[in-house]
Parts: sequence; structure tokens; C-alpha cells
Amino acid sequence: MITKAPLSTLSRAALFALLIVAAAFVLLAWQADTVHAQAPTPSDDEVNAIARQLYCPVCENTPLDVCPTEACRQWRELIRQKLAEGWTEEQIKQYFVENYGARVLAEPPRQGVFWLAYIVPPIAILAGAFILYRALKAWNRPEAAAPGVGESEATPVQDEYMARLEEELRKRE
Amino acid sequence: MIADFGYGILVTALVVALYAAGAAIYGARKPSARAVESARRAMLLIWPLLTVAALALIYLLVNDHYEVEFVYQVTSRSMPFYLKVTALWGGQAGSLVFWSWLMALFASAVTLRNWARDREFLPWVIVVTAITIAFFLAMVVFFENPFARFWQTASGVDAYTFRPAGGLPVTPEDGRGLNPLLRHPGMIIHPPMLYLGFVSFVIPYAFAMAALITGRTDDRWIRITRRWTLWAWLFLSLGLVLGARWAYDVLGWGGYWGWDPVEISALMPWLTGTPFLHSVMIQERKGMLKHWNMFLIILTYDLVIFGTFLTRSGVLSSVHAFAQSAIGPMFFAFIGLTLITSLALLFWRWPDLRGETEMKSLLSREALFLFNNLLFLSILVVCFWGVIFPLISELVTGQKVTVGPPFYERATSPLWGALLLLMGIAPLSAWGRSTAKTLGRVLWKPALAALLVVAAVYFLAGVRNVVALIGFTLIAFTGFVTLYEFWRGARARQKAHRESLPLALWRLAGRNRRRYGGYIIHISMVLMAIGILGIEVFQTETQGTVQLGEALALDRYTLTYTDIARFDVPDGRNVTRAVLQVTRDGKAVAELHPRIDYYYDSQQPMTIPGLYSTLADDLYVILVDWEPASAVGATFKVFHNPLVNWLWIGALVFIFGTLVAAWPEREPAYVPVRAAATASGKA
Repeated sequence: MITKAPLSTLSRAALFALLIVAAAFVLLAWQADTVHAQAPTPSDDEVNAIARQLYCPVCENTPLDVCPTEACRQWRELIRQKLAEGWTEEQIKQYFVENYGARVLAEPPRQGVFWLAYIVPPIAILAGAFILYRALKAWNRPEAAAPGVGESEATPVQDEYMARLEEELRKRE
Repeated sequence: MIADFGYGILVTALVVALYAAGAAIYGARKPSARAVESARRAMLLIWPLLTVAALALIYLLVNDHYEVEFVYQVTSRSMPFYLKVTALWGGQAGSLVFWSWLMALFASAVTLRNWARDREFLPWVIVVTAITIAFFLAMVVFFENPFARFWQTASGVDAYTFRPAGGLPVTPEDGRGLNPLLRHPGMIIHPPMLYLGFVSFVIPYAFAMAALITGRTDDRWIRITRRWTLWAWLFLSLGLVLGARWAYDVLGWGGYWGWDPVEISALMPWLTGTPFLHSVMIQERKGMLKHWNMFLIILTYDLVIFGTFLTRSGVLSSVHAFAQSAIGPMFFAFIGLTLITSLALLFWRWPDLRGETEMKSLLSREALFLFNNLLFLSILVVCFWGVIFPLISELVTGQKVTVGPPFYERATSPLWGALLLLMGIAPLSAWGRSTAKTLGRVLWKPALAALLVVAAVYFLAGVRNVVALIGFTLIAFTGFVTLYEFWRGARARQKAHRESLPLALWRLAGRNRRRYGGYIIHISMVLMAIGILGIEVFQTETQGTVQLGEALALDRYTLTYTDIARFDVPDGRNVTRAVLQVTRDGKAVAELHPRIDYYYDSQQPMTIPGLYSTLADDLYVILVDWEPASAVGATFKVFHNPLVNWLWIGALVFIFGTLVAAWPEREPAYVPVRAAATASGKA
């Protein structure tokens, strides 16, 4: 329900104001509610445990539990309210996704094209490992060596000292 | 007046850079030594020109010339002098100038080296560095002029380089001020370090390209640039560590690394630069991996540009992305062009770059180095994909997603762990041939010691977390291997030369600084790993609202809230500062002052944590909320970060190790050939 296109500063500000108003209503409703409900208020730690897994819908790349903006404070209160109403962690996260889009989650959801996020790196790494394996195998075949090179055991002059040290160590063993 | 002057200088520098590139190409093709010399002199002129331009900009910054848009954006009258100077890199346009200035500095330095033995490289090194500088200067001159001024026209007030028709100059009364996040000592040195790392990696790349173009594809380019690469790597690493420390001190989320796309874009060149540093050793010793080293340095160069593109183009929006502009497509084109050209050159010279020897054993040092390369590049793949996936998702599905810490942590932790293990094994494996038996003979002692340490961690400290136990095993193992290497070497010298142990150690490291500097760096990585493991696995936190006199408890600490005050300070801040008395196991240990600074000019709050720091742990407190009118008390968030200080200690050891390895020494008079006969000659 929120537009997903890149937002201009103006529309972002408008959205922000709208959200604050909405959140204020929610808060008012909640406060009216708590007068009746006798359930213990969920603690900050319980709220943060969920907020940590969500990302601030307006300030990008900021987890909700540490975001200092007023809007995020209101969202944390919203989480507290939902917890007090007995919602589970999953339900609350789902609520945020439905209202603000998949970007509020710390990771892409595991569905549809978003699977690509999880599949591509392992495939690329396995491909890299395979290439390395082939290269090592090729190197291990003696005929793959370039002609005229018989000094593979040789030590560059520059590392002479190191070679000597290693020689000394070998004798010691 | 000064603004016009500064802009004129920038344009001149751009023209000179283009001339240098053109003259160098002409000189190399003709060939004409005069043209090359002319290009060299042109190159030497760029840095003084850019120094004048940068000084002109700094003059405008410190003298409150708010008619200049850039000055208006990043400074305000209340800012202290030093911040006005460093505001040079506090915004887009200025930081591009600063980038070019540093690049020109390095290019000039390399131009001044003794070229007697490598004359044929000179023009092409000038071409590559001059084109890179010209690209950045073109961005500044055509898109992001830091000297653009405000003009009042019929359509309103806007910034223009030249006076628009009928425009009247406009001078705002005060500037908007630097982003408060950037008003921190860490932020003053973090960008220059990072930029230094970025630009200095251009030098080895330039030599690599020169080697490909001239066909002198032996390892000469690697030997010339070895120290440049080390320095580049030092600066880049320092930039990363300073950024981490800055985040820890300023961002107020109790951590040092948030897997933010901008952090990752600075990490990516490091992920190719580090394996490059390692695999050039194989080329030097064994004449292998020539293609691969070329590929790594090309990748590093383009990741440097890509990192700048990500942070500067506004393609990502994140805490760092305080700058957005229209230069994105240009950067994109430049990356594409340089990547394609470089890879084309590489394929053109492919047959000349064939290896000289073969791989003998999967446990030889060169094979282990290859695994190290694979691991680094695997981490790079994860990072690269994580950074661009949200962009792809937005393009394809129209839906933006977040790729956050859980993604990166899950994917990269095993890879980091494997790297740590390799860091323990590789130094003990021999070049050429190593078998499980020879390796086992040197590894069993450190491995046993590591197991003893982990047993102590398990039984005495009571740690049951599996990740932590694996981590500590790897850390202890690699740490012991490295220390054992020092011990083995020093003992051998002690016996052979009848020296005292400290003297033997000193001479051992002194005579082979590259190797032992490298080992010191390995130790620093182990120390950093302790800190990272500590905070990642054992961090705990709590948040609560307390009245005066009440306390919050976390781990062994109790924090009693005793006072709070709100006041203005002269530099334009409103400070809300709380006082907490901290006790550990009932004993008073510290008084902490977490605070919120509200900046009037930029209208932004900043959360400054209160920090009690020991070698064992950090207690990190943030003032989350306080309203003077209400009676609900103050809300604090408290983090307990075990072992995190070892991260910073490791960073210091790291600097030391890199200095040991990179400090210039007299170039030995060796001839760069591999000859078995000379190996047994006298030292």
C-alpha cells in the first residue's frame, strides 16, 4: 500500500508526517486500551528483540531497535502494543511486511525471485572451487609444465636467507 | 573571485591530465623520449595545481563564503576552524577534489622514482594514472563543481558555475553545517585513510597495465609495486578500522560493523587486495599465477572505482549516503570501460603469462595460497551480491529489499573461519612440496596447545557456545603457530650464530622483514578475531526506563542513574547528559555520561555513548530517551561487549606489522632471475 518507487524528499516527508499521525492514533488507541487491559506491559527488551530483526521503513539500512527517529519510536510502541495484545513475533513481522513492504526485513524473504539472493553466491563459489580444482589438476600433470623450466626447486637469490634458515631448521629436526 | 579562480585551476588541471595521457601515448607509440618527458612533467604539474585548487576551497570554507553552495552545505559559522578545514571531504564535490588531489600526489611520487631500469613502463603508468585523475576531475568540472555559487534568477535561487543571464548573487547568512555524524575525530582521519588506500592501489594497477601493454610480463612490475601495494593495503585497512571505531563511538548501536552497503564497498577492494598481496609472492618465487595476479589487481582497481561509485552516486541510500548526485552513469561507464579494456589486454597477453613451474602438492604453500585466494573471493562474491541484490530486485520486481547482517554473517563466518585456519597452516607448509606427514610434524605442537586452551575455555570459563568454541580453537591454533614460527626461527639463529634469544629474534625479523612483518600481521588478525568473536557471540543488551536513584543491571554490572542535565554549549549544540554510577560485583568502577547532542544548525540529534572499557569487556550505555516535562524517568540502552578491545589492540599491532614489512630498505643488487646456482652462495 505504500508506493515502492523511489520517493522524492517531499513525498518522503509527507509520508513521514502521515505515518506519525497514524502512529499517534494507534498510540492513543493503545493508551485507551491499556486502561482496560490488565496484562503486564512488554518490556523494552522484549520489544527490541523483535525490532532488531526489522529495518526502519523510512531511514534506510537502520535497524528499528537502534533508529533514533520519532517515527521509529512510535513503531517500537506499536510492537509493544501488538505484543501486549498477544501477537507472536512472526505475526508482528508479517504485519510490518504487509504494511511497509519486504524491505523492513533484514533479509530478502525466501520466496520467488528473492531466492536468487541465496542461490547465486553458493553457485558462484562452487564454480570458483571447481575452476581451482581443474587448475590444480592441470598443474599436477607434468606435461602441462612450460618447456625449459627445470629449476622449480630453485630459490630466488633474494630469499636466500630464508632458504638458509629453512635449511638450518630442517637439519635441526 | 576566489571561486572562479579555483574553478579555473580545476579546469587547467583537467586539461593538463588529458595532455599528460595523450603525450605519454604518443611518446610510447612513436617512440619519442621528448614526448614522454613532456608527459612526465605535465604529470608533475597536476599535483601543485590541485593543491592550489584545494587551498582555494579551504579558504572559502574557513572564511564562511556561503555564497558557494558547497561551503553552505558543509559548514556553518559555529563550527570550529579544524572542522571547517576537514569539511573539504565532508561532502560530495569536495571529496572528489580531495580524491583527485591524493591520486595526483601518488602519481607524482611514482613519476619521480628512478626509472632507469624500467623506462618502457613510464609512459603507460602515466597514461593510466592520468586517465584516472582526468576522470575524477571531469566529474568535478562538469557535474560536481565545489565552486558553484548561488544565483537568484527568475526561476528561483540555484547554484551555477557561471552567472546565469540576469542572475543576482545570493549569499546565505549561515551554512547548514557539517553532518553531525561527521564531526568526530575518527571521521576526520577515516576518509583520508580510506582514500589513500583507494588511490594507492591505482599504482600497482598502472604498472600491471604497463606490463601488459609493453609485453614485459615477467615479475618486474610486481617487484616494483610490492611496497606500494603494502602501503595501499595498510591505508585501506586503517581506513576500515577507523571507520569501525567511528561507528562504535558515534552511531550508537553498540557495534562496530553493520554490513552497511557503504562499509562493504570499502571492504571489497580489501578482499581482492589481500589475496593479491599473498599470491604475488607465488609469482615472485615460483613464476606461477601470472594471469591470476593480473586479474586480481584489475579487479581491485575496478572495485576501488566501484566503491567510490556506490558511495558517491547515491545509488544506495544508507547512513553514509549523505551525498547524491548525477554522476552515477558516468562512473558506471568508466568502470565498464576500464574493466573491459584491462581484461582485453590480459587476454591479448594470455600466452605470454604462462606459468613457469607446476604445482607439486595440494599441501604445498602455493596450493594453500590458492585456497586462500578462493576464500577471499568467495567472501567478495557474497558481499558483491549482497550489495547489488537490492538494486537488482528493485529493477526487476520494483520491490526494494534489505540485505542485512544475518545474510552476510551466515554466509561469511565459515569462510572467515577457514581463512583463519589457513593462516595457521600455510606458514608452516613448504614451497613446492609438503605432505601431510611433514606438515603434521610441525603442526602437532601448536594444535595440542590450542586444544589445551580450548579445554580451559570449556571447563574453566564454562563456555558452551559451539561457534565460540570453534572460533577459539582456530584463534588459539593460528596464534600458537605464528608464535611458534618466531620461536623456531629465533632458536635456529641462536644456535647457529651463538646469539642471545632476544638478539636472535631481533635479527631474524630484521633480516627478513617481509616474512616476519607478515607474521606480526597474522598475530594482529588473531587478536582482532578475539575481539570480533567476543562481541559477535557474547554481546548482551538490555533497555529500561528508570527514575533518579534507580538502577539497571546487566551481566556483572549495575548502573545507577543519579543525575541528568540539559544545557547549550557554545559550538551550537544542545546537550542532554545523564550521569550513571557503575558498579561491578558491587564495587564502584566508573561514572558514565551518555548524552544526546542536538545540533541546531543541521537540526539533527546525535547519540554519544558512555563507555567503560577494560581488556575483558566494554560497558556501553546509550541515553535513548528523556523528556524534562514528564515524570517517566530516562530510558537507557546498555550493551555488554566482551573482549571487543582486542579488536582495537589488534589494529595497533597490525599497523606495527605492516610498517615492519613495508618500511623501505635499500634495494638489493640482485638480478631478477631464478638460478639454482646462486642459491647456495654466501649471504
